[in-house]
Amino acid sequence: MERYYQPEIETASREQITAWQSERLVRQVRHVWNDVPYYRRKMEEHGVSPDDIRGVGDLYKLPFLSKADLREAYPYGLLGAPLDECVRIHSTSGTTGKRVVAFYTQSDIDLWNECCARALTAAGATKEDVCQIAYGYGLFTGGAGLDGGSHKVGCLTLPMSSGNTERQIMFMRDMNATILCCTPSYAEYLGESMKELGLTPEDIPLKAGIFGAEAWSEEMRRDIEQTLGIKAYDIYGLTELSGPGVAFECSAQQGMHINEDHFIAEIIDPETGEPLPDGQQGELVFTSITKRAFPLLRYRTRDVCVLTHEKCSCGRTHVRMAKPRGRTDDMLIIRGVNVFPSQIETVLLNLGYSANYQILVDRVNHTDTLEVRVEMTPEMFTDNMGEITGRQKKIVEGLRSMLGLAAKVTLVAPKSIVRSEGKAVRVIDNRKI
Amino acid sequence: MSVKQISVFLENRPGALLGMTRVLAERGVDMRAFSLAESSDFGIARIIVNDVEKTAAILTEAGFVHNVTPVIAVSITNRPGGLNNALTALSEAGVNVEYMYAFVGGNRDNAYMIFRVADDEKAAAALRGAGIQLAEQEELANL
Repeated sequence: MERYYQPEIETASREQITAWQSERLVRQVRHVWNDVPYYRRKMEEHGVSPDDIRGVGDLYKLPFLSKADLREAYPYGLLGAPLDECVRIHSTSGTTGKRVVAFYTQSDIDLWNECCARALTAAGATKEDVCQIAYGYGLFTGGAGLDGGSHKVGCLTLPMSSGNTERQIMFMRDMNATILCCTPSYAEYLGESMKELGLTPEDIPLKAGIFGAEAWSEEMRRDIEQTLGIKAYDIYGLTELSGPGVAFECSAQQGMHINEDHFIAEIIDPETGEPLPDGQQGELVFTSITKRAFPLLRYRTRDVCVLTHEKCSCGRTHVRMAKPRGRTDDMLIIRGVNVFPSQIETVLLNLGYSANYQILVDRVNHTDTLEVRVEMTPEMFTDNMGEITGRQKKIVEGLRSMLGLAAKVTLVAPKSIVRSEGKAVRVIDNRKI
Repeated sequence: MSVKQISVFLENRPGALLGMTRVLAERGVDMRAFSLAESSDFGIARIIVNDVEKTAAILTEAGFVHNVTPVIAVSITNRPGGLNNALTALSEAGVNVEYMYAFVGGNRDNAYMIFRVADDEKAAAALRGAGIQLAEQEELANL
């Protein structure tokens, strides 16, 4: 029996969703035109005024907003509410440049927390559950978002924040945590640490986990589900839009439902900017239609993904997005070939390695080089040199057939790849172009 | 019949081997024999120690990937032809040696050979048949 946090919204008819979206979009466009000079200038330059936007069908007329706009407008340029109405700031990690700072009114926080509550409920959380939040608390949205959602659902909330693995495991066992929220790489790390302590899934009370804030693959999901003995759910979000909970997975685990009463999703051709139909891969673009303090219209996420409006077995009617296949900006072009780190991860996991890898790209004598560093595991180790080098060759062959590229595979000591309790450093590109 | 060797994965970079020997030295592990195999990017250290369980626990704690490998140890007189006799016996029995190494024992009169083979029983029988003495774990621990 599927449970919903807000059934009347989550299972609303398409007509109802479109009606909400149209009404809120029109209101949002007027709001930014009146209250955000940066937007008004951008719209004027684009030759569009609020009168041109009468519903969702007119969305395409609006100009795109990119991360560059956010940097240019830093810190207050996109502020949609007076500062004295704002109650919170969150910020991105700044891994791809200058930090993005987002503002929230109390109502923005409440709606965001509701989105997270929908995700938790879809993962099976009820007020009977103990929810362990091992996302970082602080400027990062992970901890605050799921914490708020957990409170809305009425779970007993364990605000662990990230790190201190021993303490995480102790609280998890002593407090009977049933739901775990953290990054997928930290979930894997927790699983490995438990194994090292001799704990089996039966020793751990967890039944489900919500994992997001970084890319992960189906193989990694199976791995986590097995080591922790849980069902692992994906969650998607961006600090720019609110944080986790923009979209979330249901029991069907066939894509993430986008909370369409708050966000309008589009897929565009990243080259031309033309909207693409359902089922076609392109760049994901979001318009936030309920946020007051930090409203974003047609924000280009750089995530490469596919949308589907097909009926979902869980009963939710909101559009689903596939797990992003990569990012338009983390896609590597190596010797002219498009390479997504997720493809490399798939090869490694299929061969039984852990998802701890690092990709090093360099340019030697005008030719790109690709090196993949893989951590040795007890399962993969033998005293026989030939067997290990044979397995190493298998990885090289696997990468060649997946990417069409020759890669150098280096085996490194366990836990030598910088592992994050926040986000993993997967790609090091040393090319000077 | 077979004795326990510890095999340790090491990165092929400055300081990797030192990292292992340091932790073993600090914890008082006595190495009887040591052999290193390496490829361009990693190595395998193979060691015979006084206390296998303790060493394995120390390595696990220090985060080294390792395993315990059964190997055949023989004691031979330290004079010309000793190794040749052992290899002849193994070769005649059709036993393939994956790798081997030697070390001198507690006194200078005998040496120990460590053989890694696919079939321990067959190797042991062949060596015994040739009058070569097999060394037990205890003997190596007490050297």
